Amino acid sequence: MNPSATEAVNVTDKPGQRRGKGWLLLVPGMLWLLMFFLFPTVQLFFTSLYDPSGSFEQGYAMTWHFQNYADAIKETSDLFVRSFLYAGITTLVCLLLAYPLAYAIAFKSGRWKNVMLVLVIAPFFTSFLLRTLSWQAILADQGPVTGFLRALAILPDDGRLLATPIAVVAGLIYNFLPFMTLPLYASLDKVDHRLIEAAGDLYSSPFTGFRKVTLPLSMPGLVSGTLLTFIPASGDYINAELLGTPREYMLGNRIQSAFLVEQNYPLAATLSLSLMLLVVVMVILYIRRSGTEELV
Amino acid sequence: MAQSDGEQRSGAPRDLHLTEVSKRFGDFVAVDDLTLTVPEGAFFALLGPSGCGKTTTLRMVAGLEDPTAGTVSIGAEDITGLKPYKRPVNTVFQSYALFPHLTIFENIAFGLRRRGVKDVKRQTDDMLRLVQLEQYGGRKPAQLSGGQQQRVALGRALINEPGVLLLDEPLGALDLKLRRQMQLELKRIQTEIGITFVHVTHDQEEAMTMADTIAVMNSGVIEQMGAPTELYENPRTTFVANFLGQSNLVSTDVVDSSGSTVIVDCHGQKVGVDESRSHTDQGKGWLGIRPEKIFASQRDSEDLEDGNQLTGGVVSDVSFVGVSTQYLVRMPWGQELMVFEQNTGQRQSFKSGDEVDLAWSPQHSFLLDADQDAAAGAVREDVG
Repeated sequence: MNPSATEAVNVTDKPGQRRGKGWLLLVPGMLWLLMFFLFPTVQLFFTSLYDPSGSFEQGYAMTWHFQNYADAIKETSDLFVRSFLYAGITTLVCLLLAYPLAYAIAFKSGRWKNVMLVLVIAPFFTSFLLRTLSWQAILADQGPVTGFLRALAILPDDGRLLATPIAVVAGLIYNFLPFMTLPLYASLDKVDHRLIEAAGDLYSSPFTGFRKVTLPLSMPGLVSGTLLTFIPASGDYINAELLGTPREYMLGNRIQSAFLVEQNYPLAATLSLSLMLLVVVMVILYIRRSGTEELV
Repeated sequence: MAQSDGEQRSGAPRDLHLTEVSKRFGDFVAVDDLTLTVPEGAFFALLGPSGCGKTTTLRMVAGLEDPTAGTVSIGAEDITGLKPYKRPVNTVFQSYALFPHLTIFENIAFGLRRRGVKDVKRQTDDMLRLVQLEQYGGRKPAQLSGGQQQRVALGRALINEPGVLLLDEPLGALDLKLRRQMQLELKRIQTEIGITFVHVTHDQEEAMTMADTIAVMNSGVIEQMGAPTELYENPRTTFVANFLGQSNLVSTDVVDSSGSTVIVDCHGQKVGVDESRSHTDQGKGWLGIRPEKIFASQRDSEDLEDGNQLTGGVVSDVSFVGVSTQYLVRMPWGQELMVFEQNTGQRQSFKSGDEVDLAWSPQHSFLLDADQDAAAGAVREDVG
């Protein structure tokens, strides 16, 4: 090694310099967040405080109109409740469906593991909108599912599935199931089978072993799966739009129509931010409670 | 569960019996018609190379594998069909298999809680003390060193006072120095609490240090079973002779097996073997001599010990290893014999090319059936 090369190495080895270079790596991400998250959010915040008497054509006056929030929430409180209710049911049912599925893929699928994983993500190869539209056909009044349930007298002869809350929630469950399954699978796949053997060796029946070892170790996947399902589901409007009626509308539908149909920007911004804030608060409480940061 | 434990203890001794146990995986026979009794309170080692069936045997006792044939029982109780969680048996796993989401205290208390035992706190604290981890109860396994994790695994199994404690290569993941320390520690704990230990290992030194009885396993069967000294001094097969320590095996013809010393012809020189150590009495045989039992002397010198003698060797390699010097001596028939001389300072040392004669006492050699492969068991995995 010649002297100048040694010098160069020494220079880059200075701790201060190194730290400077490390921060540089954050720049693209930070710029991205600044441009596409922080800036629009701040813009949205200002928009939410415009005077509601303005209109899209005439422009809005900035009057720091905090009353917008109280008005919006009062007007749409039923939508908030319905959004969180549907999202909650969706999350719960997704969890009940996805856990056994992810468990089977992780522990029992053997050489079929990769095939099954591909099948879980296969729906993503088709558009979200298209798949939801096809559920219209599946749940249609003359469709196979309705016909079958009517034949079994589970549904009355004039009973419907489409345009009911069941259709909307079913659509949500269908659309978000992979978001629950994949993180659960990732967590379960990491569970060392020898730990389950050890639990058995220490007087745990298979069920107790699951409750005391497998389930706690899959908590990180369970938490991220429920978040990945609940957060987008609570803001979804496509399922309510395509499979429901205005009676099933969720907050997303109201925000969509306020922005694009009524062009009532302050209301739309107010609702968007309120939803965001509520979800963030719920997520923080949830993560605190489940204590995932302590999990290995 | 706890109740049946109590009955067992007050009744017949809780010896572990394996009777005609076999385990097949498809065409592969992992354990072949094994019959074995481990007396209550023994420290028993199953020793063998990887793939010899020792771990499969252990897993069948634990209930983690079902035997293809045969029965496993503790005392009078047949446990062959019992699920692992219903057996009075606990295991220290090779990987430790500590629960990463539980504290050390909860790991150790796990078995007690599952059985619904009272005073978990006191018993767990006692166990933490026994394995010298009192201050670590609140930590998670990942925050402990390998040796400490090993002790947690031990404590977690021992606290249930099992009829038999199974140890699957328990010290394999530790470095040499720590392993030595833990060997003594395990032996101390076993002596202190008197539970039957069944210890599976491929490390012959580990087995000899700790166990009262060793069963050497090879290809699914037990080659030989006995106390460490007995196995070492009087092996019955070439596999045992090579797997436990090192042996020189020399091809000989049996000349006279009528007396208390069997006389064999070793490439033209006659030597004797104690009858009790002679496992063949006619035809050809492998004469076995441990390298450290041989004394080398300068050719035709008067220092040559009495007893068996083989003359005409030439030193072909010398390695000094501190406590001893290890020579390779090429004999007239072309074979190189290992000779280890303790560095007592009392004996002459040699260099490559020196002409030497070898001598040893007839009680210090053994004679094995010539039908066996002289190299069986010689390739050992010393790295754990």
